[in-house]
Amino acid sequence: MDLDLDEAARQFRGEAREWLAAHVPRSPLPSFDTAEGFAAHREWEAALADAHWSVVSWPREYGGRDASLLEWVLFEEEYYAAGAPGRVNQNGIFMLAPTLFSHGTPEQLARILPKMARAEEVWAQAWSEPEAGSDIAALRSTATPADGGWLLNGQKTWSSRAAFADRAFGLFRSDPESARHHGLTYLMADLRAPGVTVRPIPQLDGEPGFAEIFFDDVFVPDADVIGTPGNGWRVAMTTANNERGLSLRSPGRFLAAADRLVSLWSSAGRPESTAARVADAWIGARAYQLYTFGTVTRLASGAELGPESSVNKLFWSHLDVALHETALDLLGPSAELRGPWTDGWLFSLAGPIYGGTDQIQRTIVAERLLGLPKGDR
Amino acid sequence: MKFALSPEQEAFAASLDSLLSTQDCDAATRAWASGDHGPGLKIWRRLADQGVAALTTPAHRGGLAEEDGTGATTVDAVLAFEVLGRFCPPGPWTDSAVLPCLLDDEILASTAAGETLVSLAFPPHVPFALDADIADARFLVDGARLRGFAPGTPLASLDPSRHLFEPVPGDELGPALDPARAFDLGALLTAAQLLGAGRGLLEMSVAHAGQRRQYGREIGRFQAVKHLLAEVATALELARPLLHGAAVTADPADVSAAKVACGDAAHLAARTALQVHGAIGYTAEHPLGLRLTRVRALTTAWGTPAVHRHRVLAAIAP
Ligand SMILES: Cc1cc2nc3c(=O)[nH]c(=O)nc-3n(C[C@H](O)[C@H](O)[C@H](O)COP(=O)(O)OP(=O)(O)OC[C@H]3O[C@@H](n4cnc5c(N)ncnc54)[C@H](O)[C@@H]3O)c2cc1C
Repeated sequence: MDLDLDEAARQFRGEAREWLAAHVPRSPLPSFDTAEGFAAHREWEAALADAHWSVVSWPREYGGRDASLLEWVLFEEEYYAAGAPGRVNQNGIFMLAPTLFSHGTPEQLARILPKMARAEEVWAQAWSEPEAGSDIAALRSTATPADGGWLLNGQKTWSSRAAFADRAFGLFRSDPESARHHGLTYLMADLRAPGVTVRPIPQLDGEPGFAEIFFDDVFVPDADVIGTPGNGWRVAMTTANNERGLSLRSPGRFLAAADRLVSLWSSAGRPESTAARVADAWIGARAYQLYTFGTVTRLASGAELGPESSVNKLFWSHLDVALHETALDLLGPSAELRGPWTDGWLFSLAGPIYGGTDQIQRTIVAERLLGLPKGDR
Repeated sequence: MKFALSPEQEAFAASLDSLLSTQDCDAATRAWASGDHGPGLKIWRRLADQGVAALTTPAHRGGLAEEDGTGATTVDAVLAFEVLGRFCPPGPWTDSAVLPCLLDDEILASTAAGETLVSLAFPPHVPFALDADIADARFLVDGARLRGFAPGTPLASLDPSRHLFEPVPGDELGPALDPARAFDLGALLTAAQLLGAGRGLLEMSVAHAGQRRQYGREIGRFQAVKHLLAEVATALELARPLLHGAAVTADPADVSAAKVACGDAAHLAARTALQVHGAIGYTAEHPLGLRLTRVRALTTAWGTPAVHRHRVLAAIAP
């Protein structure tokens, strides 16, 4: 057991650090939940992609640099430590792409990934429906066979970035007779296609961070089915594990946030009232980093992400809220003034809800990891 | 980087686990508590035969610890102490294990062989000496110096199998080798026992929840119960990498982080175990209490959570 980086990994990290130091925008970009911010983020993503830093773990042919999973984690640490912007295309890069690598055709990979890497196409995840939140298998929107493809009908909701995104991926019921997890098809759709209506929904901060999507006889070609028709649930589980697991919440985010919290605490005169919570935030971020190193080691030796990605999600969602609440308590009366800590706090509050609520994750951990008997849903 | 146990390490831990599962550790702990050390010492010797007492002793003193890149590492010691925590046998295991950090002397050979039991006082964070009455050798870390001590007033621990004594300082024996390292190792091995105890408590709780029935079904089918246990599993899962990471880096901030996280996770496991068991868990006959009181005692042994949180802060916020 060791934590030593080999020469190649050290060099990789050094290169990333150097590039980021020279290129990360000096002042933060406007929020990507605004039209102006979205455009600025596309530019940043294109700059990242030009230097092959936007999707480091992908094969070179799709815009990556064939980096190992460990190198990806190191890159993320450097990325957040450098104060670089959030990833506007994270749903595509961290959820759709791994799904395509597992289930997509070579044609899909070649067509979709290079544009994703440059944020020429920004993706939205269209899973939740008004009547299907935690119980995603209760979804009602449909895909009906049509000449050379499918016609989509129905409504999705709470779709992050959909207000400005180009395309969306999600599950549709393709067999009207089927129930629950059967007869679902995983499809990709153009959000500018005829029949699509996107209605932005403002979030707690007032910005349209997510949106409803209405489908009215929207045509999608066969080439945009991922996996085989009717087999969508299995495909979706790949996406879900990635969402909860490693990819969406790399330890780099929390390490960087914990470091900022420690600096805040130091410059506030190291108040004893928050000392324990500041220490715990750092301990949590370090735990998550080491846990991730363990996961990376296991994945590198052929294991697959399973129910432990729910452990992951439970941990980081708690950590993120606690860390931000500590920062706000430290700031005292000025904590109510809008700024990076209040923005971070508002965002952290969504962690226990999206990607499967913490209640759902606890049930998964209890049943699949601990082997407790299945109960009522 | 390979942050995973090797197959040999997994096998070592598994072999200790199966050894202890054939011993009646709970009975030995109860006997120890009532002053009968016989069964506990038998287990002590069985474990020593497997090398557990020699893991931190250098090879030139008859131990197994790494010198020139071969032999047992701190990770191996941590694994052994996790198993000790899971079964909670009695005895001053930590004291014996840190001794090689304090002196380089012939006594180490008989300690490594399991023939000599050591009791240690290490004020201010380890003010009371464990099992000083039956220890064959007693050491007091007095700043940078090492002394002998005599067992003074006996003190009752809330864990009845931990017999504590006030140390009465004796002769000076010379400079202590590396007190800082000794303290870190003691804290680390205590963290390992806490994690092991927490895992043991979680396993007991899962087994109980899968079999105890109320309202016509197993209580483990109720989400309220499931969710409590999932929180415990999460806390333990994320404490373990801190423990193993600290064993690899030997960094004081990592050691303290591990002590805090393992203590918190074990405490959560203990409180949850009691809740999930209900009144049966509150009885003296049930083994749950042995672990619950051990967890509480170890939480403040070798540095309280507050002490370790401050050590973390001192390291990261200079
Ligand atoms: C900021 C944000 C971004 C999001 N982005 C996206 C996106 O990009 N794409 C997308 O498709 N969706 C997105 N979502 C939606 C998210 O996935 C859902 O909100 C989530 O799955 C929960 O569904 P729900 O909101 O309908 O709550 P409900 O399912 O109605 O749950 C309400 C409450 O009941 C609890 N509950 C429900 N069922 C159970 C059960 N069986 N056991 C115990 N408790 C239960 C829940 O835990 C929750 O506390 C986003 C949500 C947020 C907040």
